[in-house]
Amino acid sequence: MTIAPQVPVVDIRDVKKFYGSGDTEVRALDGVTLTVYPGEYVAIMGPSGSGKSTLMNIIGCLDAPTAGSYALDGLEVARLDERQLSIVRNRRIGFVFQSFNLIPRTSAQAQVEMPLAYQGAKRQERREKALLALGAVGLADRAHHEPNELSGGQQQRVAIARALVSRPSLLLADEPTGALDTKSTQEIMGLLERVNSAGRTIIVITHEHEVAQHARRVVTMRDGKIISDEANAA
Amino acid sequence: MTLLEIIRFAITGLAANRLRSGLTTLGILIGVASVIILTAVGNGSSQQIQKNIQRLGTNSLTIQQGGGGGFGRLSRNNQSSARRLTVADAIALTNPNAAPSIKSVAPVADANVTCAYEGSSSTPQNFAGTWPTYFEASNDVIRAGSYFSNEDVVQGKHVIIIGQTIVDDLFGTVDPLNTQITCGGQPYTVIGVLKKKGTTGFQDADSIAIAPLSTVQQSITGYGSINSIVVEAVSAPATDTAQSEIAAILNARHKIKNPAKTDYRIFNQASLLSTTSSNSAVFTVLLSSVAAISLLVGGIGITNIMLVSVTERTREIGIRKAIGAPRGAILGQFLVEATLLSLIGGIAGVVVGIIGSHFQIVGVTPVIVPSSVVLAFCISVAIGLFFGGYPANRAASLRPIEALRYE
Repeated sequence: MTIAPQVPVVDIRDVKKFYGSGDTEVRALDGVTLTVYPGEYVAIMGPSGSGKSTLMNIIGCLDAPTAGSYALDGLEVARLDERQLSIVRNRRIGFVFQSFNLIPRTSAQAQVEMPLAYQGAKRQERREKALLALGAVGLADRAHHEPNELSGGQQQRVAIARALVSRPSLLLADEPTGALDTKSTQEIMGLLERVNSAGRTIIVITHEHEVAQHARRVVTMRDGKIISDEANAA
Repeated sequence: MTLLEIIRFAITGLAANRLRSGLTTLGILIGVASVIILTAVGNGSSQQIQKNIQRLGTNSLTIQQGGGGGFGRLSRNNQSSARRLTVADAIALTNPNAAPSIKSVAPVADANVTCAYEGSSSTPQNFAGTWPTYFEASNDVIRAGSYFSNEDVVQGKHVIIIGQTIVDDLFGTVDPLNTQITCGGQPYTVIGVLKKKGTTGFQDADSIAIAPLSTVQQSITGYGSINSIVVEAVSAPATDTAQSEIAAILNARHKIKNPAKTDYRIFNQASLLSTTSSNSAVFTVLLSSVAAISLLVGGIGITNIMLVSVTERTREIGIRKAIGAPRGAILGQFLVEATLLSLIGGIAGVVVGIIGSHFQIVGVTPVIVPSSVVLAFCISVAIGLFFGGYPANRAASLRPIEALRYE
């Protein structure tokens, strides 16, 4: 797939995440090793409780592993302090959640501008970039609508625009179509494919085969372990 | 992330919950307004009392019959040896060598008589026979007519100067000057009307009639003792020296060996003034502390509402953290929200307080203490920072993963 040796976007080695201790210890991740290179489109599949959400939280720097190492863009995450972590989340990772996670009573444009605002970008620059990102997801005409004035599919597209506006190296989507109907699901999957073909690395977490089929590589998990990792035939 | 940006986020946050923000602001508003109004009431009433006392003359001292030292009553033991105050005592006090701090002296003979004019009558609370020096010492100024002179006193003329209450009682709208009224069966010609002084507690300072001492003694009280001597000191600070000079002269004249057992009493308006001033200072402190407590309650309201706000918006905080909000930005946002609440409440409270202080409250005209406005305002802002600090810190310390999972 890749010819020149590249720095992987995600380089996870033998990561473990345990909750609780003793008899009640839960091994959410039990030695996971995963490498994702720039430009890849990976789907992580598995039943609920397989540890895929925990893995996503660790990749997204929202949670710290109990053991093992994780490098994002060659940067050892465990060495970062809280402030540096917030910068990493802001610049290198874009999140898309199942429940959209838009901020209530805030216009679409303000939502998309928010990551840039936390970067300290100038107002004019923010506005331009946000409108551009909203245009890319086909919502330029909805810039001033608040979440409760948008359909589920539109809300998810705002979320994707927000995730992409700071041009992150990795787009993380956790069940992005879990709360959407078939038509919206297709819209979102088409959008993700376009984003990927523009060179963005994407990791999608899902339990739907139709969604996973869009990805080029499918990683299957069970009981906190990766049980298969194969290129998608389609 | 600029401060301006944080403030914008904070305003958006507050605007999202207008009713709640409004009620919290109300708490601070009431606190600040009550601090301003209550200190203004305290200040106003103390100024009113001081003005009343000053109206009676701060330079003046009054010597009255009775004694046993300071303000005690005449004891049986020395009653027999007690000498009454006499005009001779008053004359002795006018000696500029023995009493250099005394400017003027006026012996006063009080009478309890009723004055009548064409069918209407009035009993002055204070019917005084005295010398012309009395007017200046007791701060009685005429607004129409003239004072009586020393000659009038010497000649025992039947002239009288009356206060506004007597004018109202006897004459209504008729011009009282140069009319003849009867007091205690004796005819008097009204030659002057005093300026209004107002009431001091139960005392109506305008229910007053002043006539020459000799006239009153001749027709009503007789030439024996007099009731009091009003002394005017050369200046307000000199009242204390004047008091000791009076004591020295009277002790010698009345043959008093123990200065703790005198047969007269000296009332010092200046010391009365300082006593009442300190009393009203206590009153003001009391009012202010009540107001300060309501400000504190307002502050606790801010903590409470900000805690609710943080809990309610835990998920939002999680989202903000996930898209890269640094700790400082979250801390700043909630701190600014709390401070804005108290700032708006503080400004509104100052406005309400200043407006409210323009009305009379239980008969007191409030006088705003400028420092109380500044202080109340600053404290309200400080309360926002202080009481908003804990909830803001809690919001900033939330772990993103837990905040995102929060339902």
